[in-house]
Order: sequence, then C-alpha cells, then structure tokens
Amino acid sequence: MTDTTLGTSASLAGAETLESPARRAWRRLVRRKGAMLGLVVIALFILLAVFAPLIVPYDPIATSWSLVRKAPSLQHWFGTDELGRDVLARVVFGARASLLAGVISIGIALAIGVPLGLVAGYRGGFIDALISRITDAMLACPFLILAIALAAFLGPSLGNAMIAIGVSATPIFIRLTRGQVMSVKVEDYVEAARAMGNPRWRIALVHILPNILPALLVQATLSIAAAIIAEAALSFLGLGQQPPAPSWGSMLNAAQRFLTSAPWMTIWPGLAIFLVVLSFNLVGDGLRDALDPKAR
Amino acid sequence: MLNFLAKRLVQIVPTLFFVSVLIFSLQHLLPGDPALVMAGEERDPAVIAQIRAQYHLDQPIPVQYAYWIKGVLSGDFGESLRNKMPVLELIAQKLPVTLQLAAMAITIAFLIGIPAGIVSAVKKGTAWDYGANLFALWGISTPNFWLGIMLIFLFSIELGWLPASGYVPLTENWRASIAATIMPAFVLGNAIAAILMRHTRSAMLQVLESDYVRTARAKGLSERTVILKHAMRNALTPIITLGALELGTLLSGAVLTEQNFSIPGFGKLIVDAVFNRDYAVVQGVVLTTATIYITLNLIADIAYILVNPRLRG
Repeated sequence: MTDTTLGTSASLAGAETLESPARRAWRRLVRRKGAMLGLVVIALFILLAVFAPLIVPYDPIATSWSLVRKAPSLQHWFGTDELGRDVLARVVFGARASLLAGVISIGIALAIGVPLGLVAGYRGGFIDALISRITDAMLACPFLILAIALAAFLGPSLGNAMIAIGVSATPIFIRLTRGQVMSVKVEDYVEAARAMGNPRWRIALVHILPNILPALLVQATLSIAAAIIAEAALSFLGLGQQPPAPSWGSMLNAAQRFLTSAPWMTIWPGLAIFLVVLSFNLVGDGLRDALDPKAR
Repeated sequence: MLNFLAKRLVQIVPTLFFVSVLIFSLQHLLPGDPALVMAGEERDPAVIAQIRAQYHLDQPIPVQYAYWIKGVLSGDFGESLRNKMPVLELIAQKLPVTLQLAAMAITIAFLIGIPAGIVSAVKKGTAWDYGANLFALWGISTPNFWLGIMLIFLFSIELGWLPASGYVPLTENWRASIAATIMPAFVLGNAIAAILMRHTRSAMLQVLESDYVRTARAKGLSERTVILKHAMRNALTPIITLGALELGTLLSGAVLTEQNFSIPGFGKLIVDAVFNRDYAVVQGVVLTTATIYITLNLIADIAYILVNPRLRG
C-alpha cells in the first residue's frame, strides 16, 4: 500500500517538473507527417467499419442475378461482383474482419508472449532455456506457413484464423520481451526495488514492464500490419472469413477468377488492404523514431 | 571458430526437437477423434480401426510421438492420404520448382534492394532518398497476392506479353521457364528488396560516418572510390547473410504466389494438402521448411564469421 502511494506521488512530481515521456513521444510523433497520415487513414477505416450500415445503402451479402459483374456506375461506384453484390458495400463491411483480425490476433500474441517473455527474462535458468528453445522452434517455421498449418488443423473460420495468426506471432513478442527484460533488470532502479524487498512479481510488473512498453508498442503496431496481411492471405486461401461474409482476402480470391471480365473486383479490396497496412507501418515507423531515447 | 561451430550445432538439436514436437502436436488440434477426421467421408468402423492402428492412435501420446519421429528420422514422413504417394517423394518433386522461384526472387531482391539502399544513403535527404524510402514502404505494405493478380492483369491480359499461369522446367525450355516464372519471382523479390533496401541504407549511413571513410576522403580519393571500395564492402557483409535469412519470407510468400500463378511448387503443395485434409503432407511441408530455415541460419552464421575477420580465431 505504501509502495503504491510512493509510486503515484513520484510520477506526479515528475509530471510537474518535467514533460512526461508519453507526452514527449506524442509531441515527436505529431511532427512526423507520415505517421499522422497513417493515424488519419486508420481512424477513417475504423469509422467505416463501425458505421458501415449507415455509410453504404446496400447489403453486403444480398445477391442479385440481374446485377452480376456490372462495371462501376453511379449506382454501384465500385461495380458489382460475380453474385451481383455491391463491391463498395463489401469493401466497407470487409474492414470489420480485417481490423478485428489485426487487433485481436496481436492481442492474443501479446497476452501469451509478454508474460512468457517476462518470466524467461526475469527468472533465467531452466525456465528461460525451455521457453527460449520453444521460441526458437516456432521462429524456425515461417510465420505464414505456421499460421496456415494451424488454421488448417483448427478448421476454417475467422476466429480460428485469428488464433492461428496470434499464436504464430507470439514468439516475436516472447523474444522481444525477454531481451528487453534482460537489459532492464540490471538497471539501478530495479536493483533498488529488489533491495527494498519487493516481491518478484511486483518488480516484474511495476518496475520492469512499464519500461519495456515502448518497444512492445512499436512491435505491436508493425505486427498488426503483418497480421492484417496474414488474415487477408488466409481468407484468400479460404481459411479465414467464410462466405458469404465479406472479407478483403476472399474478395480477391473471387476477383482473380473474373480478372478478364470484371477487373474492378480486384482493385478495391487490394487497395483497401494496402492502405490499412501502409498506415500501420507508417505509424509503427513513426512511433519507433518518436520513442527512441537516443534520437533528439 | 571450431568451438563456435560445435556450440551452434549442439544448440540446433533441442530446437529441432521442439520443432518436431510442435508439428506432431498439430494433429491433436483436430477437433474430435483424429481417426474419424482422417477417415473423411468413410464411416466404416473397420476402416477407422485400421487408421487408428496404422497411426498408433490407440497408444498414449508420447508413444505416438516416438513412432512418428522414428519414421521421420528414417525419412518416412508418412504417405499422402490423397494419392498414396510418400510425403517425402512429393516434397522432393515440388521443392526444385520453388527453389528456382526463390533463387530468381532473391536475385531480383538484391539487384533492386542493394543499389536502392546505397543510393538513398549516399544521397540522404534528397528526392532519391525519399523515392527509395517510398519504394520500401510500398514493398512492405503490398499484399503479394494482390500484386500478383495486378501483374497478371497488366502483363498477361492487357499486354499479352507473359503467360498468366503454369510452369515449364528450366531443363525443358529455359526461355519458356523464365517467362513463366519472372512475374511470380518479381512479386516475391519485391517485398524482400524493400527489407534489404532498409537494412542497406542504415548500414551504409553508419559506415559513411566512420573514421576510415573520413580518412579515405582526406587522402583525396574520389567519392566514387570511397563509396564503392571502402564503404560498400563493409556495409554489405551483414546484408548478404541477411539475404539468406529472408528465405523464410520467400517460402511463406511462395504459398500465395504459387496459388496466384498456378505453379506446381512447394507452396501449392501445402495449400492443396490443407484443402484435401491431407495432414501428413501439411506436417511434412512445415517440417521441411523449418529444417531448411535452421540450416540456412547456421550457414549464415558461419558465412558471417568467415567474412568478418574480427570474429575469427
């Protein structure tokens, strides 16, 4: 209890005299045009996903035999697909699957990877050796191939694709957390916390974890980009979102079959994936520069 | 050096062990009774019992693993449920196709990524640097299966220059072979070029600020000699070993690109196996990829020591 009050008053005192690290990072991030552009595009796609039914007048799964593969027109800006569905409606609703998959799968990877990395880095010894070898083994299987194999065995669905991507991304976070913990745990303030008799879990959670958050944040942002591509790839192969629910990857799968007669089916879902992934990469790169303590 | 090699080799053993456990446990993710799943449409209890006996599914899991790993170590990866061919034979048949693609992709990646990285570092802050960075962002953010479809649209459907799909072995007709693989190789190489460009750029920037480059300039050497002879050589050594490690990315990418271009390689093998519920093939492919990756990692480490005299001895 005493510790908590001490911790809070210390950080309050810090905020009064100095700019907090988070605020400094934000100030640096705002100066980066690329990162800001990325944030705006991500915000736009989130709005599209949330308010999808209010934005497009068409049902993304309503088929119509009289509208099969119609070129873009005033009624259907992005054209219609092989079952007469509105491509714009499917691109807008597809944002839900992609963004959810990106965020949830990396959430899974963080939830498993960070605690394991903390334990491995902080405890060392046999547990560390065991966790590290398992991490090596998972990293030896290329990310997407592991995700495909997991999704294949779990069965095709959006939920299973998220689990497969999340588990495949986990070793990156174990390794990153472990490395960060190893470098932080020898710092004087951790030594001081230990000398004061804090229990191990408290040192790990209160003294070490907050100091490795910046590195985790950068990696998580860049990994969301990779996870969105992975979800699109699994859906493209038929292992993600199942028809008729819209997803950018499965739209591209259908589009490839009608490339000669309906090229518009290809452009929009691909462009949507590209824009979202590019934005997460821009924000990730910007965050890395903004959070780098060496950069001025 | 020998000491280091021995240590690295010993480290590989537990990694390979865990890889095998990981791949073996995949089949226990199957919902329900694996024998029922493997039997597929078949509902005959005799067939299911036979599958159960054949895969030792009636034994405890560690015993099942022992049987499985014993087979794998003697080159028996099981057989494909679909066409009854040994998995190892299937892999040996498909791997050369993907290796050709991978070799072409890596060549394209080096040809684009390294010059782009050098130019952007040497001309830091100019339009060249800006352009190269944009190219890298584009390469990292473009889903390669989309790029594949767009290239097919442009070069096969609109212009009619290249075949949209299919594969011809190099030994049969090298021109047709190159024509059939150049687009997929570019798609695969493009993403890796972007990664190589970023690494080359930062390595070059670091080297250009070093003392010996300043000395070389002070001696009055031309900028060209300084960059090509002094800076580049040192900056590129880590990049070359990094290229080897990108093979993992290549094998992942090949899964989608081979699907795009209907190339009968390693990637298409795993996708077809997934859809035919041919689990032994899926396991075999993942195990082979992991083994290739671990071996390449080792070779990259050794190469790094060989080219860096400071690490020898």
